[in-house]
Amino acid sequence: MKNLDKWIAVIFLVISITYGYSSAMFKLLPFELNMVFLPNTLPNALAVIAGMLCLLIILSPAQPTESEMQLPEDGEAGTSKKKFEIGQAAMLVLAMIAFALAIRPIGFLTSTTVFLIATGWILGERKLAWMIPIAAFSAFCVWYLVQETLGLYLRPLPWFLS
Amino acid sequence: MIDGILLGLATAFSFNNLLMVVAGCLIGTFIGMLPGLGPMSIIAIMIPVAIKIGDPSSALILLAGVYYGAIFGGSTSSILINAPGVAGTVATSFDGYPMARKGQAGKALTIAAIASFCGGTIGALLLMGFAPALSSVALLFHSAEYFALMVVGLSAIAAFAGKGMVVKALLMTVMGLIMSTVGESALFNAPRFTMGISDLQSGFSFITLAMALFALPEALYLVLDPSRGAHQTTSDQIKDLRITKEEAKTIAPVIARQSIQGFLIGVMPGAGATIASFLGYAVERNIAKGKEQEEFGKGSIKGLAAPEAANNAACTGSFVPLLTLGIPGSGTTAILLGALIALNVNPGPRLMIDNPDVFWAVIISMYIGNVVLIILNLPLIPYIAKLLTIPRNYLIPFILFFTMIGAYIGQNNATELLILVGLGVSATILRFANYPLAPLLIGFILGGMMEDNFARAVNLHDGISFMYERPMTLALLLTGFAMILVPIYRRRWKKS
Repeated sequence: MKNLDKWIAVIFLVISITYGYSSAMFKLLPFELNMVFLPNTLPNALAVIAGMLCLLIILSPAQPTESEMQLPEDGEAGTSKKKFEIGQAAMLVLAMIAFALAIRPIGFLTSTTVFLIATGWILGERKLAWMIPIAAFSAFCVWYLVQETLGLYLRPLPWFLS
Repeated sequence: MIDGILLGLATAFSFNNLLMVVAGCLIGTFIGMLPGLGPMSIIAIMIPVAIKIGDPSSALILLAGVYYGAIFGGSTSSILINAPGVAGTVATSFDGYPMARKGQAGKALTIAAIASFCGGTIGALLLMGFAPALSSVALLFHSAEYFALMVVGLSAIAAFAGKGMVVKALLMTVMGLIMSTVGESALFNAPRFTMGISDLQSGFSFITLAMALFALPEALYLVLDPSRGAHQTTSDQIKDLRITKEEAKTIAPVIARQSIQGFLIGVMPGAGATIASFLGYAVERNIAKGKEQEEFGKGSIKGLAAPEAANNAACTGSFVPLLTLGIPGSGTTAILLGALIALNVNPGPRLMIDNPDVFWAVIISMYIGNVVLIILNLPLIPYIAKLLTIPRNYLIPFILFFTMIGAYIGQNNATELLILVGLGVSATILRFANYPLAPLLIGFILGGMMEDNFARAVNLHDGISFMYERPMTLALLLTGFAMILVPIYRRRWKKS
């Protein structure tokens, strides 16, 4: 985890090079060739600037990163060592991915209710008698507001029921 | 003009129209709190209702109320859960959310409500007095000046370029600009850099990016570090709305300045609340002294009041080109223009002569809307702020859910949710490495407009000579660069 910011700069450098390459190779339409400002003019410039900034970060002296330290603010450095609940966070991310994949096939009401109960469970909530009605009621309220009141379609139930 | 104002007062103060203002403000506030539903979508949704009403004055009064309510509602989600639902409230979250985390959610919402009220009210007064005169000034701004104005707006990134993070802040801004080039553009004929992914045809969605950069990492941090979060403070502290005399004195000149500046920016077609809020934030940060400047981005009351006053004043300002010239200055006013036409009202120079009741009733209702909004919202603030005292096991699932649903309803596309999760996890890692995320979002928001205006100006002037040939462009560009570079160098001089 040491020099995390430099590793990230390396990733950004790769992105900049790839972006710059696809920008340079961008297929211009015949009439665009005579234009002063082309669709790839700004992207070319941005790729060069981004690459230079990445190199500046990679080559500059190492600075302490926050990975093993306190959680950072935007523009604020941390100081003390902390232990993080990485497992819980990873499970939440998996739950979000599952929600994204399930929202269409199993419907908004089902997926939302299950998502809210599952994420609450991951975070240590064991009072299912509370969690289930709260999750189901909230899912229904949001669905009713979005679909019935605002008219934006959200399939409520699984595909075989609606 | 006096006759017009009296006519407007009579129309706006009818029982029916007062009811419209109250209903509009309430609907706007509550729906606006839901990330993903900004003023534009809410007004679009309300148009059939407005047309059903039939009377143009009542319909427009309802829509204006919805507009103001939605902007205030958007600020609420920015402050409480760091989820700016619209671009105009991104700058609000820079200091509003840190205040909420310090246990000052009630105070932050109160400052936002007061700044919004003052911004909207001063804007309405300026609109009343100077609308016809300002409409001709607005037309003096061409693409070259708009491009320069975007550069000035970009200077808001200086607030995040502290403590050895100048290069990182610049890199993140460039990354934001790069992301803004993905997909279709108004000026070019083929979509760019979509990597063959059809869902990227229209580019990255603002709401997805805002949620991924702000709301999602915060929610994940609350999980990673259970000791973090505003719920560490007491419920009484969170609900406390009181602003001290010193605080009121501190924010009063900020609100006055930014209301006028925001209004003037709003008058220019295409600039709008987003530029006004970033610019307001950047200007106030640059003129703040010593310790006050260091506070920006960490819960400064000036940093919260400035964008809130500016974006509300700009919203009022955007009515100038709409009502006097028939030119919609923003997406929201474009939808309002559609509603006006559907109601058989033709906005333009003759609106004041042909439909004075509509023209003045809308202006007067803006003022009433602001009063109604503050009367309705101030008593609600303790209850809204109390949301943060909900136990973590319940609060985090709901933050994650609203973050995701905000991105989903905007696009109705499950791929958007996967992009959101991917970007959100990346953003969390970036913050661990001390890369500021706000500049990326600022670059993304301003990037598209900047490229469009720059390309138009370059094509029009056959090169970049406009940068030094047009005095207003040159002055704005120099101001923008000074606002980015001076704070950075000032900090270095202080160190050495």
